[in-house]
Amino acid sequence: MVNRSALAFCLAVPAVLVIWLSHRAEQPVYRPVKDEGKRQMAPDFGLKDADGKTVHLSDYRGKVVLLDFWATWCGPCKMEIPWFMEFERKYKDRGFAVLGVSMDDDGWKVVKPFIQDTAMNYRVLLGNDQTGDLYGGIEALPTAYLIDREGRIAVQHVGLTGRRDFEDGIEKLLEADSGDKRAALN
Amino acid sequence: MASRNYWKLIAATSALLLTNLALAQTPALSVKPPIGVVVKKGGTVDVKVMATLNEGFHLNSHTPTEDYLIPLTLKWEGGLEEVEVVYPKPQLEKYSFDDKPLSVLTGQFNLVTKFKAPSGAAPGPVTLNGKVRYQACNNNACFPPKTVPLSLTVQVLP
Repeated sequence: MVNRSALAFCLAVPAVLVIWLSHRAEQPVYRPVKDEGKRQMAPDFGLKDADGKTVHLSDYRGKVVLLDFWATWCGPCKMEIPWFMEFERKYKDRGFAVLGVSMDDDGWKVVKPFIQDTAMNYRVLLGNDQTGDLYGGIEALPTAYLIDREGRIAVQHVGLTGRRDFEDGIEKLLEADSGDKRAALN
Repeated sequence: MASRNYWKLIAATSALLLTNLALAQTPALSVKPPIGVVVKKGGTVDVKVMATLNEGFHLNSHTPTEDYLIPLTLKWEGGLEEVEVVYPKPQLEKYSFDDKPLSVLTGQFNLVTKFKAPSGAAPGPVTLNGKVRYQACNNNACFPPKTVPLSLTVQVLP
């Protein structure tokens, strides 16, 4: 009898764990900005923009960057794009930029019309699997990274994320930098 | 000793279930073509391919409600004439990331292809190679389109 109970316990514990984790995996999870000491450098890449110009992530050093991997066929990505356009407008004068990386296999022939139709106001680059691999393989879209002015990843968001979560992170990174400057001046 | 064995059992079961969980976090469509399909030369046959998408995901139907969505398709190559592919009736489901309901498929469904054997077809086995292309999402993320190959042997009778 004891053995049966123990066996049931042995099976139930992992089962409950898996059910909890699988449910959790589908839900957007709030991820706070990492402490500076725990941030890793964002891998650099060079990709073409819609004008054919090669853009490197390192060109944005000194700015807070929202790096967004997305695709035209991705519904959750389309929901976030208007927020990112607003962030670009609202924060660009404080040293912030959004950089979109489209993972569309069909390339500019689908991405350019989308940019025009949506009136995207931030720079979009055409990504590829190699770029995705640099970031550990981009399995799910959208996947977005907030990168600090030193080019370090402060937070990663996989899947549709709350607008407020993005905005909190951006504000925190912009404010941290302002604080550093003030400290340096004093 | 018994206690140690129970912990080993918990560890082993956890590892197995967590492996399944890791696999379950990306969409996977399995397709199962029928076996033992026969057709008389000059005749037609309906071939039912059973497809199963893992739980927690949906894929766009053959007729998505939005232009930007990638539809489910089944294409064949081989020695028989493909008359038509009949796709399953989709469900209209509302997701948080779109204002309108989307035309999707979930779980298990059938893809039926009507093939015709030419009247001059030689009796014997004919191999057909198919490709199912789909693009799946869950409630808050989407995954790149995938293509699943499948192979089918049809016996042509005199």
